[in-house]
Amino acid sequence: MIEERFDAIVVGAGPSGNAAAYTMAKAGLKVLQLERGEYPGSKNVQGAILYADALEKIIPDFREDAPLERHIIEQRLWTMDEKSYVGMHYRSEDFNEERPNRYTILRAQFDKWFSSKVREAGAILLCETTVTELIRDGAGKVTGVRTDRDGGTALADIVILGEGVNGLVGQRSGLRPELQPDSVALAVKEMHFLPREVIESRFNLKGNEGVVIEAMGTITDGMTGTGFLYTNQESVSVGIGCIVSDFAESGKTAYGLLEAFKNHPSIKPLLENSECKEYAAHLIPEGGYHSIPELYGDGWLVVGDAGQFVNAVHREGSNLAMTTGRIAGETVIALKHRGAAMSKANLAAYKRTLDETFVMKDLKKYKRIPALLHRNKQLFGLYPRLLTAAAQTWFRVDGVDKRSKENAILRSFRKGRTLSGLIGDAFKLARAWR
Amino acid sequence: MTDAMDANATGTGFKVEEKLFQNRYLVDVGRPHITIKPHDVPSKALLALTHACPAGCYSKNDSGQVEATIDGCLECGTCRVITAKTGDIEWNYPRGGFGVLFKFG
Repeated sequence: MIEERFDAIVVGAGPSGNAAAYTMAKAGLKVLQLERGEYPGSKNVQGAILYADALEKIIPDFREDAPLERHIIEQRLWTMDEKSYVGMHYRSEDFNEERPNRYTILRAQFDKWFSSKVREAGAILLCETTVTELIRDGAGKVTGVRTDRDGGTALADIVILGEGVNGLVGQRSGLRPELQPDSVALAVKEMHFLPREVIESRFNLKGNEGVVIEAMGTITDGMTGTGFLYTNQESVSVGIGCIVSDFAESGKTAYGLLEAFKNHPSIKPLLENSECKEYAAHLIPEGGYHSIPELYGDGWLVVGDAGQFVNAVHREGSNLAMTTGRIAGETVIALKHRGAAMSKANLAAYKRTLDETFVMKDLKKYKRIPALLHRNKQLFGLYPRLLTAAAQTWFRVDGVDKRSKENAILRSFRKGRTLSGLIGDAFKLARAWR
Repeated sequence: MTDAMDANATGTGFKVEEKLFQNRYLVDVGRPHITIKPHDVPSKALLALTHACPAGCYSKNDSGQVEATIDGCLECGTCRVITAKTGDIEWNYPRGGFGVLFKFG
């Protein structure tokens, strides 16, 4: 389909693919980027939080024209039961800074903007083009891709796969194994529109300030997962996600969970009179460090969700995607400048560089967490119930003396989980966390 | 208790079609990107899709087989992951440009 040969082909125009394509095009490399959606972002779903640091390292002045919603000044972490939540909130005026640290974004708008920067930098973008397979030479080196545009092909020195969590090209080419139902989450999300002044008064905000709520507890009905609510300028993103194998085995539906979450007495008033304009679903790779596949080979690199680069504990993904995309691009540029081959041995520099960044360090730190969360459902049902009940015992003034209240709370934990169970959970959590 | 919470309790009562109605799609008429392999009795994995699919694309027909109507597919891949071992379905991306078009994402 395309006669000329490229320095690099990037599959996908999400955060990782755009970061890679931008970095390489900016350095003067001939880059072709292929995207199956009608426009970049049309197939992409995220909460969504943008972490400024990762994007600043690619486009330092992104704040000048990127479509940003609200900068986050407050984080609310909720442990919920059916009627209550126990919350840990952090709000600071320090987050009202000249260069805010985190923003809510709408991915369809943001990805379009990022893509415009990629094209300004000189990359060629073809949308509505699904890559169907990799092309290899006799020695097995990846030399290009085949697409569904009349079966057309394109050739390059390297193919960077930023094809997302459900990336079929790399999987079907045997570059990485099939996703496992117990290490990937299904999240569903709705976009609820409200006038901006309503959002500001409901969430105690002014101007472009924003709030993030992350929630866990009985909202996932015994399954491993979390809920969220993010404030945008004139909308609220509300969603919930659980591990796929939990859905498969439990018979529960994602949309049923979302409805119940929206109707929770602590959430419902926040959404009142809103108009829902979209319902989306997406997979999130949550297997962590142990699920990271082979990241490079002769003529190819993997970036973003396709490489399982998600820190599930901190709900970070887009920053890992952009960072892996950027470092992949820089690795290719360095080899190109040296006139070195895009061989597996030379591309190992990508992984070595990643190992020294927060991306690998964080995933490694939490390498035991995914299995812990999956095998310890008491963290999502029993403990939230015990915590909220304890809070009620403590705060309700009813003539019972405080010592008796303390004892009642301690008894409820021992009865609910036994002393050895409590100690065991504390030990497991501490071991997985450190 | 609200209707929605009842729906959650049973896992089936809620009409997901009302949610999908908000979305934009460009349906590739006559070329479904997911097909179910012919079967007499569905595997456990295939049966799970009737509730695990977030777009409610899968349902059991009167004679016990699982059928799919994928016009509302959100292209998440949940069904593909659940049936990867059993091979009950054939899953491909829609042709370039077709399928769901997220306005907000």
